[in-house]
Amino acid sequence: MDFFDPHIHMISRTTDDYATLARMGCVALSEPAFWAGYDRGTVDGFRDYFHQLTSFEPNRAAGYGIKHYSWLCINAKEAENVELSREVLAMIPEFLDKPSVLGIGEIGLNRNTKNEAIVFIEHVDLAARYEELILIHTPHLQDKYQGTRMILDMLDKDSRINTEDVLVDHVEEHTVRPVLESGYWAGMTLYPTTKCTPERAADIVELYGPERLLVNSAGDWGPSKPTAVPDFIFEMRQRGHSEEMIRQVVFDNPLEFFSRSKRFELPNRLANPE
Amino acid sequence: MTNKPSKLTPEELFEREFLPARSKILELAATLDRLDRAGASDERNGGSNESRRALIEQALKLLLEPHDNRAERIQQLFSREYDAGWYDAWLATGVDKRKGR
Repeated sequence: MDFFDPHIHMISRTTDDYATLARMGCVALSEPAFWAGYDRGTVDGFRDYFHQLTSFEPNRAAGYGIKHYSWLCINAKEAENVELSREVLAMIPEFLDKPSVLGIGEIGLNRNTKNEAIVFIEHVDLAARYEELILIHTPHLQDKYQGTRMILDMLDKDSRINTEDVLVDHVEEHTVRPVLESGYWAGMTLYPTTKCTPERAADIVELYGPERLLVNSAGDWGPSKPTAVPDFIFEMRQRGHSEEMIRQVVFDNPLEFFSRSKRFELPNRLANPE
Repeated sequence: MTNKPSKLTPEELFEREFLPARSKILELAATLDRLDRAGASDERNGGSNESRRALIEQALKLLLEPHDNRAERIQQLFSREYDAGWYDAWLATGVDKRKGR
């Protein structure tokens, strides 16, 4: 089954993963700007990173017939440095005309601190001013519920934000309901130990239905599987669910959400099916 | 809440899930044995091990309660509390200059 991986950090993966993704049916993926594993020191470090996201990675993906999209931000872990964050926010518009950029992300909270919240609000303001989609990282583990509720509070306070333009990612059993009830898209991340599994994601689809739900691998430099979305497809088939319902989660919903970006271009294989 | 249940019969589902459940329970049992052998849940480390062990035991009790949302309840058990008044209390005071710049 053709699928999108809406959240995967290919900058940290070898080309072998592109080869695997292509063979498993991935037609396109989107890569949010994330934490490199260390705190970057300057705005130029981010400028180089955004160049890699918007130029090099799309070319690397194209070699395997995969369309690569990206998102731009300074991530929540580095948002404690408000001065650097504001320099990065001021620089982001330099890249907003790149054809593969979908919007602002993955913004969010990490330890739910005041500085993180301030930088999150300023990212939301940037997205609103430039009419960009937003992809949101919700915190890990014990911080997730509190952080998700705080994020929803901050989004609700900005009347310029259209809920259909926002994907709240890494939802789990205790956060998926408030996200869906608020009208946002909800992403389930299939990542070992700290996030969800294909089985629990299938449970959530069974409980809430496939509307506005997506799944992703969030593959990065830690233990993670680029085949997470196919694992979900397999689990859903094992449970006897229809191809139509599975396809809605792994293909139709991501396509519908990405299509809301003013720069969105269909992957070649979908634009030229002959 | 929309419900799109699995197409497996209850018997098929139980057959499928029994051995994985047994395996996960065994892993947990072995983990608790390992922690006890190491004295890892006692009052050392400022008591944080003891409080986290208590959380684990609370979670295990939740498993036996007759609810259909055990996963959600256990997630909440391991979560920091949310205070609906956080926004007004925090953002009025601006950037936290003790951290970052």
